[in-house]
Amino acid sequence: MSAELPRAGFVEQIMGLPVSVHVRGEGARGPDVAAAVERVFADLREVDALFSTYKPDSEVSRINAGTLAPADAGPLLHEVFALSVIARERTGGLFDVNLPGAGGRTYDPSGLVKGWAADRAARHLVALSDHDFCLNAGGDVVMGCGRADAEPWRAGIEDPREGGTLLGVLERRDGAVATSGTAARGAHLVDPRDGSHPHALLSVTVVGPSLTWADVLATAAFVRGEDAVEWLRGQVGYEALVVHADGRVSRTPSLLVHELAGVPAS
Amino acid sequence: MRRIVTAFATTVTAIVLLFSYHTSTGGSGTTTAAVVRPVTPAAATGVATTSAAATYTGGVAQTQWGPVQVAVTVAGGRITAADAVQVPTGNSRDDEINAVAVPILNQEVVAAQSARIDTVSGATVTSDGYLASLQSALDQAHL
Repeated sequence: MSAELPRAGFVEQIMGLPVSVHVRGEGARGPDVAAAVERVFADLREVDALFSTYKPDSEVSRINAGTLAPADAGPLLHEVFALSVIARERTGGLFDVNLPGAGGRTYDPSGLVKGWAADRAARHLVALSDHDFCLNAGGDVVMGCGRADAEPWRAGIEDPREGGTLLGVLERRDGAVATSGTAARGAHLVDPRDGSHPHALLSVTVVGPSLTWADVLATAAFVRGEDAVEWLRGQVGYEALVVHADGRVSRTPSLLVHELAGVPAS
Repeated sequence: MRRIVTAFATTVTAIVLLFSYHTSTGGSGTTTAAVVRPVTPAAATGVATTSAAATYTGGVAQTQWGPVQVAVTVAGGRITAADAVQVPTGNSRDDEINAVAVPILNQEVVAAQSARIDTVSGATVTSDGYLASLQSALDQAHL
């Protein structure tokens, strides 16, 4: 046990989301860790300034207003443009940043940017050798362990059927966990193909190596609906836990979910 | 096992009640972003035993409902107690709600710790809902 291992938590509200960083290791409460965490937050604030659809001077808002040509946007926008195309192809159109709206289609990469930005910002924590980190951006998590003998992080999966309860616990030393659903903000997910609000599922949790893709796949699977688990089986390296609208819980065969007491679910 | 789950459900309901009760002091629809920063241990309440207990007081989070501040006691790497040291007040109705909700916040943090959860994945948690969330309790424990 590493009960005495120093640990520190940091929280800031960015992009309208609570962003938490937890660090374990001898220097968790030291200046190097504090500086790395500040770089994480600065990174996310920079992304927010570029991508926010709520800020009229963001590059995304200016593209939608027609005052900025996509080709003239900065390198981070171009990176997201490329990812957006890959995401649409990879999900067969279930994930698309061009959403149907009243006056034609709107470019809204928010659904991609949160996971991508957290993944990207986590590089400052990966760089901390001999420390473990866990970054949670509004319910999407990216983890890493820089200590060879580190215990895994334990990520509780929120139960959308009953607020504040957990479905179970995932133990991981690295990688990502993303959950898409309607629990926190009402029906905010849109089927990009026709603008409807999917309702077959309550939540989809996807676990895998990259938060960018875990997040995209969770959103796409939520739009996919009833056969989300079967669809996700085709995504190599990713596992999923799905709660259906009628309360059933299904998951991909290899996903190991621990009950709260630490006993593996059957 | 089941009792832990039930405890979560009850506590979250009560905490939501606490923070969603819109008081006359609550201002209009504008949201003040809550910024919680790590602080150093305020006071070590533990005496010289094998697992020294220490009380950590988190930073004051300015919310649209008023200031919120939580203190947690950690012993042997585990949270043994949590208390809201500052909660929104403004009228007698607030005080009545707080009298019920504050001890329940305490239970929630301790229950989360007994389940040994480090973090929570869920459908997008917004800043508005954060203070009522289990993640908030986990963060407070390590600030």
